[in-house]
Amino acid sequence: MKSEKQYIDLYQAQRQLICDGSAAVMNAVRDRAMQTFAERGFPTLKDERYRYTDIAAAFAPDYGLNLGRVNIPVNPREVFRCDVPNLSTDLAYVVGDKPLFEKDIPYVASLRQACIDRPDLVAKYYNQSAALSPSLSERGLRGEAFLNTAFAQDGLFVYVPRGERMEHPLQVVNILRSPVNMMVNRRVLIVLEEGAEATLLMCDHAMDRVDFLTTQVIEVFCADRSRLDLYELEETHTSCHRFSNLCMTLGSDCTVAHNSITLSGGLTRNTADVILRGERSEVTMNGCVVAAGQQHVAVSAFAGRILVRQEAQKTTSKETNNNLCAADTARVYTQPMLEIYADDVQCSHGSTVGVLDQQALFYMQQRGVSEAEARLLLKNAFVGQVIDQVRLEPLRDRLRHLVDKRFRGELNKCTGCALCK
Amino acid sequence: MPNHQDYLNHKGEEDELNKPEERNDQGAEELSNDFVRRVAEEKYKFGFTTNVHTEVIDRGLNEDVVRLISAKKGEPDWLLEFRLEAFRYWQSQQQPSWGHLQLPPIDYQAISYYADPTAKKSDGPKTLDDIDPEVMKTFDKLGIPLEERLALSGTAVDAVMDSVSVKTTFKQQLAERGIIFCSISEAVREYPDLVRQYLGSVVPYRDNYFAALNSAVFSDGSFVYIPKNTRCPMELSTYFRINARNTGQFERTLIVCDEGSYVSYLEGCTAPMRDENQLHAAIVEIVVLDNAEVKYSTVQNWYPGDAEGRGGVLNLVTKRGHLRGVNSRLSWTQVETGSAITWKYPSCVLSGDNSQAEFYSVAVTNNHQQADTGTKMIHLGRNTRSTIISKGISAGKSENSYRGLVRVGKHADGARNYSSCDSLLFGNECGAHTFPYMDVQNPTATVEHEATTSKINEDQLLYCNQRGISTEDAVGLIVNGYAKDVLNKLPMEFAVEAQKLLQVSLEGTVG
Repeated sequence: MKSEKQYIDLYQAQRQLICDGSAAVMNAVRDRAMQTFAERGFPTLKDERYRYTDIAAAFAPDYGLNLGRVNIPVNPREVFRCDVPNLSTDLAYVVGDKPLFEKDIPYVASLRQACIDRPDLVAKYYNQSAALSPSLSERGLRGEAFLNTAFAQDGLFVYVPRGERMEHPLQVVNILRSPVNMMVNRRVLIVLEEGAEATLLMCDHAMDRVDFLTTQVIEVFCADRSRLDLYELEETHTSCHRFSNLCMTLGSDCTVAHNSITLSGGLTRNTADVILRGERSEVTMNGCVVAAGQQHVAVSAFAGRILVRQEAQKTTSKETNNNLCAADTARVYTQPMLEIYADDVQCSHGSTVGVLDQQALFYMQQRGVSEAEARLLLKNAFVGQVIDQVRLEPLRDRLRHLVDKRFRGELNKCTGCALCK
Repeated sequence: MPNHQDYLNHKGEEDELNKPEERNDQGAEELSNDFVRRVAEEKYKFGFTTNVHTEVIDRGLNEDVVRLISAKKGEPDWLLEFRLEAFRYWQSQQQPSWGHLQLPPIDYQAISYYADPTAKKSDGPKTLDDIDPEVMKTFDKLGIPLEERLALSGTAVDAVMDSVSVKTTFKQQLAERGIIFCSISEAVREYPDLVRQYLGSVVPYRDNYFAALNSAVFSDGSFVYIPKNTRCPMELSTYFRINARNTGQFERTLIVCDEGSYVSYLEGCTAPMRDENQLHAAIVEIVVLDNAEVKYSTVQNWYPGDAEGRGGVLNLVTKRGHLRGVNSRLSWTQVETGSAITWKYPSCVLSGDNSQAEFYSVAVTNNHQQADTGTKMIHLGRNTRSTIISKGISAGKSENSYRGLVRVGKHADGARNYSSCDSLLFGNECGAHTFPYMDVQNPTATVEHEATTSKINEDQLLYCNQRGISTEDAVGLIVNGYAKDVLNKLPMEFAVEAQKLLQVSLEGTVG
């Protein structure tokens, strides 16, 4: 419990400061979350789903926290111009956990401000995901999510009322900025009422080459007939640790697409829990991680589980996990699980681990494509399975471009912003 | 060979089955439910008990019991020491709970760890005449002829009842070729060096909780040694039977296949119907040396408990093969239809370069049965290949899980694995689960896994119905087609039995 202790102590010592920097709705659930965290601690390597992530070790170092809400001087417009060409978006910046809006963006607010302005609305949803309920979440799991609930002070609140539609996709640029090693607890709450539609693109960037530890909890509530496209793009560096918990709760007839793409990062653990409560909803989860090159040891671990309850008849589900070993040090762990209690279902899963197809390489070389280029083509095609699912065309092109650059080793060198200098 | 038909006419439960069914007029579904019930009751044909004088030691487990078992078998000191070490280790361990199973609490002190139905004669049976005629009759009923002249040609049998091997047939013929096929107790006496060299070398007693328990109290099982460059001329088979009440069976089987040799080994098992759970914790160890090949087939038909989930055998088994030699081959084929709880993962450790391992499994669960079964393929040598084909069928209120690990070690260049796990569901109260694990530490490996879960294809049912095939028969046809990949791997007589068993286990589950 060594890793846990510093957080428990910190919470006890600074509880007032944390609460002062936040709002009543968020403060109301803090103690309970801390209590759960103190009881359970972090998952250990003995917990099946965490066998390959030593969470306690990642949380052990001493990070600074900006609990006093000190303003970190940053002008994101100036330092950051990595916008997606031809994609018209509303842009919001979140520095650490603090949103910066240059103009009013419809449907979007700072979570803390929303707690103050519309406490009833936020309280109805905040921390209400079943996946975050201590009684329902499995023993030892989600320690980092409870920790987030205990420490989170601000974040983003996206609320689209009944029947309304977000005009432009919302692009959220999460910036990690700090002169010293820093821990950030970011919270996102997305609520779509009946028939609402929204598209969100969240990009993670780190500005400074210090160690960052990010915990993030994204809660999503989609009421009947709503539609959500959620993209997450992580482009940080090797001393960034990111623990993200996405908890989605869906009503009937929803269409939800989630694409999570990690181009570069240190240690990334993305957990997604999707609960399909209603009927006829459709969820597509695509994930793509490029874990090679700069990352010290390229380890990729996938733990998927599709659980079909007895009442969920006529479910169709497909789970696929493919891994390409392109480096000598590559390690791949995968657990694509199915747990089915209904009989009238069509469920399948597939998983592969392999190297680049030697025949395809040879074929291309015969036709005058150099080996290096042939490898790139194959790798791009492999990742393309996920990127092709992105519905926003400009973003798709942009991602293809970024991935290609990533494979060529030209990381983060886009033109014109200080971040990529 | 187990011959069900022979025994069909003997069973006493039949009268009960013939009594008039309570008719429920709520339509076809109810009818089929009746049928399900009837079939479930009818299903287990081996539930009789044998009235034979059995020497059972007192219940409970402590070091003295371990010493007593060892003394009864006249074992050398090293084996007693092995048992005691295992026992001490077992005491320090907790029963694991990670399986997708509702394992009832087991009172290890309420079980007797040694039951000997042959104890009438002081030194155990020497000739057929020495065996209690009741025991002979039992194996006859089960379709396992112990008289060689009556036996199906081409199969040697080691018959084990409770804790003791009753009889091993065709020993002489096999001995002429240098093949050793006997009970493990006999092997300890006759070939101590061989046993000592290999016992516990594949499944050490520290492997898991039940392996430690077995290592401490194991009773009987078979020992097979195939000398170099020998092709075993007949199928070797062991038939396990639990008879005595409140006993556990702790079989231990050790198969060593020396360089360039081949053997095919079959295992069958049944138990009487009892209200309480019976414990069966076995260890099977297989050693395959250079260029050798072993085929191991199981048709597991322990008593599965009744329709309400009372009784049945708890089948908690550790089976593992070690492919030590280059170009060695091992194939596990299992048809699991019995047991209240099955917890078993026949595994392969592929150390030899170019070694190949296969695992074929059909697991059927009905009523309240639970199965958590699958395999582990540990690739350590270069260019090793493994194939996993698993078919799960769940019906009633049962839970059927596939759990499999494919691990490719750092030095296993060019390792190749293909896994396919399919599940078929009958009824909306059962569960079918798949828990695959792939740990790949060598980038040159190619590992594939695919799995599907669905109910029986209605188009196929309709197609059969249209052609005048009743739904029951159609289900049988479809299930057998579904399981064909696995059944085809069984030796012929076994395959026929397994096919019948599948049909009986599932008839009436779709209506």
